[in-house]
Formats: sequence, C-alpha cells, structure tokens
Amino acid sequence: MTYIAKPKLHHPTLATNKLGFTRRDYEGAISTLCAGCGHDSISAAIIQACFNIDLEPHRVAKLSGIGCSSKAPTYFLGGSHGFNTVHGRMPSVLTGANLANRELIYMGVSGDGDSASIGLGQFAHCMRRGVNMVYIVMNNGVYGLTKGQFSATADKGSKSKRGAINNDSPVDMVALALQLGATYVARSFSGDKAQLVPLIEGAIAHQGAAFIDVISPCVAFNNHPGSTKSYDYVREHNEAVNRIDFIAHREEITTDYAPGSVQEVMQHDGSILRLRKLHADYDAHDRIGAMNYLQEHHAQGEVVTGLLYVDPDPEDLHAHLSTSARPLNTLNVAELCPGAGALDKINASLR
Amino acid sequence: MNKIKSVNDFVVKFANVNGSGSASANELFARAILRMGVPVSPRNIFPSNIQGLPTWYEVRVNEKGYLGRRGGCDLMVAMNPQTWDADVKEIEPGGYLFYDSTRPMPKSKFREDITVIGMPLTQISNEAYTDVRQRQLFKNIIYVGALSALLDMDPAAIGQLFGEQYKGKEKLIDSNIKALHMGREYAQSHLNCDEMGLKVTKSDNVGNKIFIEGNNAAALGCVYGGATVCAWYPITPSSSLAEAFQKHCSKFRVDKDTGTNNFAIIQAEDELASIGMVIGAGWNGARAFTATSGPGISLMTEFIGLAYFAEIPATIINVQRGGPSTGMPTRTQQADILSCAYASNGDTKHVLLFPEDPKECFDFAAEALDLADRLQTPIFVMTDLDIGMNQRLCEPLEWKEGREYDRGKVMSAEELEAGKDFGRYLDVDGDGIPFRTYPGTHPKRGAYFTRGTTKDRYARYSEEGPVYVDNMERLEKKFETAKGLVPMPVTRKAQKASRFGVLYFGSTSPAMNEALDTFDAEGMHVDAMRIRAFPFHHSIIDFIEAHDHVFIVEQNRDGQLRGMLINEGGLDSAQLIAVLHYDGTPITARFIVGSITDKMAAFGVTHNVTPLKKVAQ
Repeated sequence: MTYIAKPKLHHPTLATNKLGFTRRDYEGAISTLCAGCGHDSISAAIIQACFNIDLEPHRVAKLSGIGCSSKAPTYFLGGSHGFNTVHGRMPSVLTGANLANRELIYMGVSGDGDSASIGLGQFAHCMRRGVNMVYIVMNNGVYGLTKGQFSATADKGSKSKRGAINNDSPVDMVALALQLGATYVARSFSGDKAQLVPLIEGAIAHQGAAFIDVISPCVAFNNHPGSTKSYDYVREHNEAVNRIDFIAHREEITTDYAPGSVQEVMQHDGSILRLRKLHADYDAHDRIGAMNYLQEHHAQGEVVTGLLYVDPDPEDLHAHLSTSARPLNTLNVAELCPGAGALDKINASLR
Repeated sequence: MNKIKSVNDFVVKFANVNGSGSASANELFARAILRMGVPVSPRNIFPSNIQGLPTWYEVRVNEKGYLGRRGGCDLMVAMNPQTWDADVKEIEPGGYLFYDSTRPMPKSKFREDITVIGMPLTQISNEAYTDVRQRQLFKNIIYVGALSALLDMDPAAIGQLFGEQYKGKEKLIDSNIKALHMGREYAQSHLNCDEMGLKVTKSDNVGNKIFIEGNNAAALGCVYGGATVCAWYPITPSSSLAEAFQKHCSKFRVDKDTGTNNFAIIQAEDELASIGMVIGAGWNGARAFTATSGPGISLMTEFIGLAYFAEIPATIINVQRGGPSTGMPTRTQQADILSCAYASNGDTKHVLLFPEDPKECFDFAAEALDLADRLQTPIFVMTDLDIGMNQRLCEPLEWKEGREYDRGKVMSAEELEAGKDFGRYLDVDGDGIPFRTYPGTHPKRGAYFTRGTTKDRYARYSEEGPVYVDNMERLEKKFETAKGLVPMPVTRKAQKASRFGVLYFGSTSPAMNEALDTFDAEGMHVDAMRIRAFPFHHSIIDFIEAHDHVFIVEQNRDGQLRGMLINEGGLDSAQLIAVLHYDGTPITARFIVGSITDKMAAFGVTHNVTPLKKVAQ
C-alpha cells in the first residue's frame, strides 16, 4: 500500500462553510479499507460534521489505537495532527495530549477490539476522568485486520463467518460509558448518516467526555446471517429513541412539533441539541433511566440508538485539576521555574 | 573485652517495629549529629509492610564524610523483640547493645563480648504518659535522649530541630523536649555513660551540604526543569517522587492571580496509562515525566518503543529496586539497566542517565527534560532505592539564574508560513534529529500523522524496505549525537600510572570513593571512571583500552552494564572483570575493596605486582 495524494483541484461550485473551507478540506488520504466498510461511512460523517460546524481542521487532534478503525483517522481531516498509538492505549495518549493543550479538540477513534478488549481499562478510566474529547468506537464485533476473530462486543449466540458461535457475554460500551460517568453518550449506525452527523456535531460541542458507539458492519468478516452487527440485522433491529438536530446557535423553532415531543439541550458553548423524541417516555437527561431502558430493550433484541444521555453542563478533567486556562504547553521558563532564590531557601531548609 | 572506642566514626543501628513512630525519632538522632558538624548517612531498611514487621534504621557516623553503607554495627538500639537474636548477633565484637530493660531478659540472650546497656524505656514512658499513642511515640524520643547522653551529643541541637519541625506548635515542642530530657537525665543519673566508647564531638565537616532524599531532589529537578504533566502509578520506591512533585507544585506552580495550576498530575490506572499520558503530553509540546520502578518499566515497554520510533520526548525516572514484580520492593539494586537501555520490540536504544546522589537526581531530572526535547526520545533517569528513599548529604542544589529550557527543534507557525520545508522525519543538518511541529500550529502546514515506523521522511505512509532502513539509520545517527549531549564520565586517576581501571555508576559512588581512598592508602593503584550516561562516550572506551584489566562494579547479578560495554564498544570480554553485589543491600567499600583486592591478587601472581601481593596477604 502506498500513500495516495488526492488531487487538490475541486469543482468551483463546491459549497464552502463560514470559514471558507469546502468539504474537501476536511478529507484525508484515500481509504484503504474494504469497499463498503462501515468505517468509511463514519469517516464521511466526521468530515461532514466538521464542515457543518465550521471547525478549523488544524485545531483538531485525532488519535487512534490499532486496527481497521484506528487506521481510519488517516482518511479524514488531513490538515489535523494525527497519532496512531498502540493497541488499546489511545485513551491515555489522548488524555496526556489534552492535558498539554486544552484548547484543541480531541477526537479519539477506536474499535471494539481496541476499546472493549485490550483497551477496556483505558476506555473506562478516561471516561471516569471526564476527558474533554469525542470518543468514537467503530464497532463491528470482529477483528478485521487479523481476519475475523470475535471481539468482546460480539453478542452471545452470534455466528462468525466460519460458523463458530460466540458463547461469551458481550461488553456493552454504551452501558459502561453511562456507568463510568461519560457526560454525552450516544449510539448510532454507520448506515444512518442523518442520525450520526448531528450526534458527532453535538459531541464536538460537548465540553466533557463524549462517547459515541457506532455500529459499523464489517463487510469482509461480519455481514452474514447470524451476525448481529450486519447491515441487515442492524437495520431490522434499530430502535432510535430520538433524532437530533444540532444547532450552533439558538434559532426559532419553525416546525410544529407535538407537545412534549421535543427536548432541547443547550450545551456549555451555547449550541443547541434539539431532540425529536421518537419514544415519548425517553428522557436523555436521566442517566439511570437510560441505563435501565438500554438493558430492557437490549434484552428484547433491539439496538437502541440516538442521543442516550447528555449532561448539558459537564465538568471535565481540567476543571477537576483546576488547570490554568492557558495551555500548559505554552508556559515558559519564567512561569514554570521557581528560580535560584527559591532554591537557596530550599537548600537552607535542608541543613 | 576489647571495647570499640571511636569518636565520630561508627555505625548505630536501630531495630524497630514498622509503624511504631520510630522513623522520625531516628531521623532526629541523625540530624542532631549533622548539626554538630559530623557527616552521617542513614539508611532505612524496611519491609514491604505498613505495620508490624521489623524495620531498621542504620546511621553511619563518619567524620571523613564517607556516605556509603559501611556494613556491621557498633551500637545496636534493639527495640524489637522479634528480631532480638539476629540483632544482638550482628553487633561487632567489642560493640554495644542498648535495649529496653523493662522486662528482664535471660542471660543467655546476651553476649559476653559486647557492652550491654539496659534502660527501662517502656516503664519510664508509661509512668510519664497515660495515652497509649503518646507512650509509644515518646518512648522513641526518650531513647534519643538517652543516646544523646551516652554519645555526648549536644541536646541544644536536638532542641533546635524540634523548634524547626514544630514551628508554631509550641505545645509539641515543649512536650518533645520534656521527653528528650527525661531520657537524657535518666541516662546521666542511672547509666554509666563512660562505659560507652562511641562518642560524637563537634566538628566542621558538613559545611553547606544539604540532607535530602533523592526522590525529593528529582521531583524538584522536574519542577525546575519545567515539567508540567506528571502521570504516575504508585510503586515503591518511586511513589514519594510523584508525591514530592505534587507538594512542590502546590507551592511554586499555582498562579497567584487566578489560583489555577500550572501543572497537571494524574495518578493513572496503571503504568501503561501513565507512560501513555506522558507520551501524549510530550507529543503535544508539554514537558512530561513519570516516576516508576522496574515492574512499571516492564509494563511501559511497548509504549517506550513507540516513543522511540515516533520520536516523542518523554522523561522516565526509574527508582530501581530488586526484581521482579513480587521481588524485593524495598531493597535496592541496579538491575534494570538492560531492560531500560533496550526497552521495546524492534531495534531500540535509549538514553540512560545515572545520578550518584540527590544532587545529581536534581540535575539529571532537569537535564532529562531538556534532552528529551532535544533528542525527541525517551530519557531514563536511573536512580535507585538507596538514593531515592534515603536522606543523603550532598552538595546544595544549584540553578543558574537565566537558564533557558532547550525545547529542541520545533518549527513555528511563522517558519511554516514563510515556506520552510517541513519533513517530520527529515534530517536537515546531519545530527539525525528532525524538526517537529506541535498539533494546531498552522492552519494549512505542518500537520502530519504520527506512527511508529511505516513512514517516510515526510511522515507519509510507506512499508517500503529502503524507506524503513533510511529511518532506522537516521535514528542511529541521532543516538550517536546523544553521546555528545549526555553528562560526561568523571575520571579519578590513581597516584601512579596503573594498568588497572575500575568503572562504576550511580549509587555505588559513595562506597567507591571510600574504596578508592583505601586503595590509595594501601598503595594499590587503580584508575577510576564514573559512567554518568548511556550511550557511552568515546572516552569510556578509551579508558578501557588504556588499561589491561578493568573492573566493572555493579549492583546486579548479570553484570548488565559490562555486557553493554562489551556489546556497544566491541570489547574483549576477558578484559572487563565483573564485580557484582546484588543481595538487595547497598554496596559497601568493604565489599569493593575485598573483591577487587582478591581479583588483583590473582593477576599479581602471574604479573608479579608487588604492592598487590602485600595487600592480598
């Protein structure tokens, strides 16, 4: 495989956003994933979301672990710094990067093997800490790069391409994220861009730990009958609790919605998440309710999607640590070094 | 009985029970002697336990300033019935036993060839105090008081120490002074202080030296060196380093106007995460470090390899201990040299710095942060438990006013804007070190994707063989550049030209200094060189080549540094003679002198070196 530079030329009528960027400016290198891979749809959704909300590409840092999912950051936001770290350990690298410069947007991209198996610990702890990030798991239930072994998110009883049955209970990353204190938790489907794009937009605007579990079928190893992560299975069992519209700034509601059918969430940066309820009894502000709802509906074989929980006023790791508003990586010797005089005093106290 | 009689040159060992509050009383004893101008070197010998198991505090008093462990014990303060037999046995013939005589001991529990001094410490304390905890704590101060009388120590020095320790808490000062005098006066009126042959007299050999633990000094080095991110996982004997960093940052790094912190410290979920955070922060342009010990290094190894290949600054302070994970966590060794020098899969080599004492822990911690940025690679500071967790007398810490941080080759937004060519892995000036950019620098230029290998000079994906080799050769060149940047070795020539040399490093220093003085006094001529860093400077190889036989003194079983010297220097293994001490206790001058003398005698037989024969007899 070689690096393929895309032609820089584009059609003059291509739409630009408020910063003058076209959608092409948010693209990366040409994908080397399989044709039809769900991950490419997620990359496209990320590109669309960043374009829509007028993000400066260079203000994003994208980090990943190892696996097909973790190759994906090469295929979007070519103008951003990226870091392909080690297997299952992206969360710690992202946490460190975030500590160094709180002004960038951190996008962690991982897979189900990367986050639910080898990296389950790091996944859990970065959620606990409330690292301000968008953490996307491209969840296909298998190890793609090593050719189709089950991952820890594979449902019990689901069948591999070779016919083996998975007997182990699945790790539900959404349930974990809710339990561990993530302040923006969503699940979506790579085949539902209309749902996914605003979820990503909302997650970027969210000033805390945002987690999106995106079911992303593996066309090579997990798209067959008997799989619960195939296109067909997810389409048939997808139960969206809401559709969200991401609105950068408050605008008048122009559409008529039935009373109680819309839940508006204003996030810390002033952006609005307008949730059109598809299930009248679902409240995206209720963490415990969300956990119960998910368990009940999972037991019924449903794949619950949508914005499942959001805390509109979250605290992040920097708030917990009361870190300087200025990025730590900009501080200089005058601000960091106590100086020779202070050292003389320390010496004197040690005699 | 031939009593040991010595002024300002002896070893006192306190045998205590862990958690009994003895540590601060024992430290008080050591500090009081320092205040009298007499150098001391105390060492904690403690179990992996919080309460109940035996613990010892060994204080070497030495007017000449030898700070290595001497070995043996002239005065045992036996406060732990559990270890009584072994403690009594350890006393040198003619030495002294001081014990709590509240409960009578059978005669068989003593020795004929030592002087026994009993004092009913528990009884005295119980009569004076009603509170159980006070009885325990003040019993410790009472024995310090008694020792001050027996050894002729200056009570004013101790009183002054109380005053400093409990500044503003007058009640505590008074009660401690009361307990001290209770012990002192009892000893003066009930014990025959003249039968104690060990005495302390005022001297002037401490000068302006400071008394500090290596971990504390290293933590200060990280503060002075500009570390803003610290990620760590608790592990003995390194935990006190991160905790000291926290303490110093709370004092020096809180913005006065906003009250916010110019630092971030994370106690991670494990060592994999702590090094991951350090690498993330380093990648993003903050100075970051972790403190750990051998088992932590094992867990960090994959990440350390990534940082080597992806060329990310990281400072790792390894406070070494005995291996493995369920090994000897509270004992000292220099046994992680190999595991750090070549940590990771793939071809890797890492920069190691070997501090000899707390002063160099400070210097090298700050230096490591500079080197990490300059060389864009992990830098290890290889300290150990002996330096890290014991207070050691050393030169005062120094910081040159106006010293700037070396942030290395970082391309700025202005340079990118001006069209300067940016290749993340491009060697532009022949030193093997490329330029990097911090994420978010420039809207259009300078972004790149960070990977281990599979990349070309412009960070573009490539799995081509020649591209891989090109990168690896540049990394090798960078390591060569490091030789000129790391601390240089320190040489000490023998009084006469010698065909024998000795190499040593790290915490072996104080014992070696003493051993070399002994060699000098005996007329044995051995040139010495202290290695302060890996990669090895060419002068180290020159030193070896200038001698017929070179002893390599290490505190590990396998002669790890010796192996590296043979390998890296392409040297004849027969020329390098291992002198190895690895039982978990700090190496002593006695061991070094004995071991080298034996080995030289063997050469003396064939080469007829007269002075050596004399010593060997």
